[in-house]
Amino acid sequence: MELFRIKNDIPFMSYGRLTTTISLVTFILAIFFLATRGLSFGVDFTGGTVMEVNYPQAADLDSVRKAVDSIGLKEATVQNFGSSRDVLIRLPVKPGLSVSQLSEQVKAALVNADAKVEVRRVESVGAQVGDELYENGGLALFFVCLGIVLYLWLRFEWRFAVAAIIANMHDVVIILGFFAFFQWEFNLTVLAAVLAVLGYSVNESVVVFDRVRENFRKMRKASVVQVIDNAITRTMSRTVITHMMTQTMVGSMLLFGGEVLHNFALALTIGILFGIYSSVLVACPIAMWLGVNRANLIGDVEKKEGSKEEKVVEPDPSEFA
Amino acid sequence: MNRYPLWKNILVVVMILIGLIYTIPNFFGESPAVQVTPAKSTTKLDPALLGQVEAVFKQEKIQYDGIYLDARGVKARFANTDTQIKAKDVLQASLGKDYTVALNLLSRSPDWLRSLGAKPMYLGLDLRGGVHFLLQVDMKAALDKAAERFVGDFRTALRKERVSYIGVTREGQTVQVRFSNAAELAKGKKIISKEYPDLTLNESAEGESQLLTASLNAVEQKRIQDFALKQNIQTLHNRINELGVAEPIIQQQGVDRVVVQLPGVQDTAKAKDILGRTATLEIRLVDEEKSDAATLEKADKGQAPLGDEVYKDREGRPILVKKNVVLTGDYITDAGPGVNSQNGQSVVNVSLDARGARIFQQVTRENVGKRMAILLIEKGNTEVITAPVINEEIGGGRVQISGMANTQEATDISLLLRAGALAAPMDIIEERTVGPSMGQDNINRGVHSTLWGFAAIAVMMMIYYMAFGAVSVAALAINLLLLVAILSMLQATLTLPGLAAIALALGMAIDANVLINERVREELRNGNTPQASIHAGYDRAWDTILDSNVTTMIAGLALFMFGTGPIKGFAVVHVLGILTSMFSAVLVSRALVNLIYGYRRKLTKLSIGQIFKA
Repeated sequence: MELFRIKNDIPFMSYGRLTTTISLVTFILAIFFLATRGLSFGVDFTGGTVMEVNYPQAADLDSVRKAVDSIGLKEATVQNFGSSRDVLIRLPVKPGLSVSQLSEQVKAALVNADAKVEVRRVESVGAQVGDELYENGGLALFFVCLGIVLYLWLRFEWRFAVAAIIANMHDVVIILGFFAFFQWEFNLTVLAAVLAVLGYSVNESVVVFDRVRENFRKMRKASVVQVIDNAITRTMSRTVITHMMTQTMVGSMLLFGGEVLHNFALALTIGILFGIYSSVLVACPIAMWLGVNRANLIGDVEKKEGSKEEKVVEPDPSEFA
Repeated sequence: MNRYPLWKNILVVVMILIGLIYTIPNFFGESPAVQVTPAKSTTKLDPALLGQVEAVFKQEKIQYDGIYLDARGVKARFANTDTQIKAKDVLQASLGKDYTVALNLLSRSPDWLRSLGAKPMYLGLDLRGGVHFLLQVDMKAALDKAAERFVGDFRTALRKERVSYIGVTREGQTVQVRFSNAAELAKGKKIISKEYPDLTLNESAEGESQLLTASLNAVEQKRIQDFALKQNIQTLHNRINELGVAEPIIQQQGVDRVVVQLPGVQDTAKAKDILGRTATLEIRLVDEEKSDAATLEKADKGQAPLGDEVYKDREGRPILVKKNVVLTGDYITDAGPGVNSQNGQSVVNVSLDARGARIFQQVTRENVGKRMAILLIEKGNTEVITAPVINEEIGGGRVQISGMANTQEATDISLLLRAGALAAPMDIIEERTVGPSMGQDNINRGVHSTLWGFAAIAVMMMIYYMAFGAVSVAALAINLLLLVAILSMLQATLTLPGLAAIALALGMAIDANVLINERVREELRNGNTPQASIHAGYDRAWDTILDSNVTTMIAGLALFMFGTGPIKGFAVVHVLGILTSMFSAVLVSRALVNLIYGYRRKLTKLSIGQIFKA
């Protein structure tokens, strides 16, 4: 079986303006939702308590609510999840009451209301822990970007490094935009997924860049645009198959992973879908506009040979944009 | 031409064998077990304990499947939980309170695997159930307490040198000494800077009086904080041992936090109670006048003379001590083992704060020749740690406790003296409890995600790439094998995010094989011979694979550096997964392809799916 039977190179770069415009629009939408709705942070970040309790029969949410209210926690949310027997209780941080006291009080109140309750999971996080997470999360993001830019700069060229990081930061923002729009809970595992996506989709750009560099060596008569178009076309089969495989695994997580892995898998799914698009159709046009050409990519040794041919064909990249 | 040198083939085979050996223990499951450890972390483990436990089992006719000694204690496995519980009761009764007997689960893997160091992966709390606490040490309180001690110390020092001062007060974490004139201030400053060189001194004038402000410099602050944290961890160790938890984890996190993980514990209320409890140390005088054999015997049966109490020392002998408490452990600032310079005997050096030193000096002056008992009160139990004879009046707050049998005992006792109480208050700032059924559910979720995902990928790869797809799947399976083996070898903690990372690692690792297969197809498409295509395909794909894995690795390392708890678990697996995938996707799959095709001279066709020729 072979899915991709492409005879001639697809002129991706001539769609450059279109693809980047689409990206820009989704990007602005994501920023808009992030600004207006904001992320719905989990207890890991905000502090507070989440309790997962299970009843042998269908849970009576009202009595659970009453039990929680009885200790003066009016801001608590009580809801079913998974099945009617499973209840999720969320409590905000209460000043003057330590996280450990709070969970014990709620537990006692629940047992008081119905002795058959089973506490399956408790997560209590103090406010100070959450604050550090923002900081560490931000730092992690920063160092991932820095590390990737430096590596790509070293291995390729600064134009590629900048293009790859712009394309992939755009993925991250779009994932966050989705989480803001749907108000999905953003917790630590989602943060891990976001950072993993960053590494993963840069990976994507690298495969194409690698091919671009190789093509500059092989296709001496071709223009920059032709070189890039050929590189994308030749790697397209691999791009789609790889993403399909990774998405299969992530899909399996969505199906079987349960509550804890659900949002993790969701973030990866969005990241993978947009990763295909942006790492190829955003990163390459940006690299081209930044002025990637044979000379600055292959280096000094081959510059002399290259310069001869450059006189023959070297159209201004912006004409094609 | 597509043949690996012998050493490469051997390398692949050896790696797979090692992978198998270290992965196997994960499949044996666990059986009920008991674990016997010394009750106090300072008591050294005696290898004879193994024989002792075996003898108890033999006497009580308890069947055990296996028994062995490790660094922490003796562990024994049983066929069922009934035997396990019976064994626990029997052991607890015969070994007494010097040992903690805890219920545990042990791998059922055979002894030869264990002797190779092959153990199953260590499951995190979200997979085995239990409770996790993050405790914050109140460092401000520790510094305040230190400053408070300097207030007393300064008064004593100034008084001793007859320097007149108006007052000594603590302002936050600084100590202010007020003098009436500059001359006294200069004298005072000289004394303080000589005795406490680690303090930073500042002079200022305030109205009529002269002010000397002493503050802790950064080095001293750090020392106090380190000490407080270490002491708190030591205290937590001692307390958690009483809980009878099989494998507790007590670790420093950052500069002022302690992580406590108690697998299998469900009674969080009790756990919190024990973590928050305070143990105390007391110094009292031994009632020498009434300590004759007859009175002691009577006292041992519960009839202590008026004003006295009877306690046992560490050898179990009764000691009659006065009810009046001379000093409590609050006055102790530090304790450490040492050697007496005159006779070379092992001693414990205890530092008292200024007030403690004054009281101690007075009491020792009045009681030369008598014994002084040091008592540790914990969990309602009082024990006399030591009862040395007072040889002379002791001033200056530096106390040397002699009568230690050896340096080991000196170390143990100084730890006990320090570890009795918390150096600074601690708050629980994070709590995570996972019920046992939830743990099993989480394991199933992670394992099912991985296996079904793997199965789907395997089917798709084989349909699309035929024989090369099968090779890729085999390489992926070996990747999984090696990853699990490394995790087991490192005894890294596996969490649910860690399981997700295994799944994701597989999902991403297949990329390398897709790259290779696509490259080989392309070479064939360009009209190259099959052998040349294999060679060129693998060669050209390698650069790309390396670059793309390095970027993924950078993300993994950043996660590892900045992540905590479950994120760190994710990062560890992620990074290791990248490493194993480079090995398996390139080396292993090439070895397999070489095996299939490398020895055929007239190879005309590769089974890599249909090739479209332009």
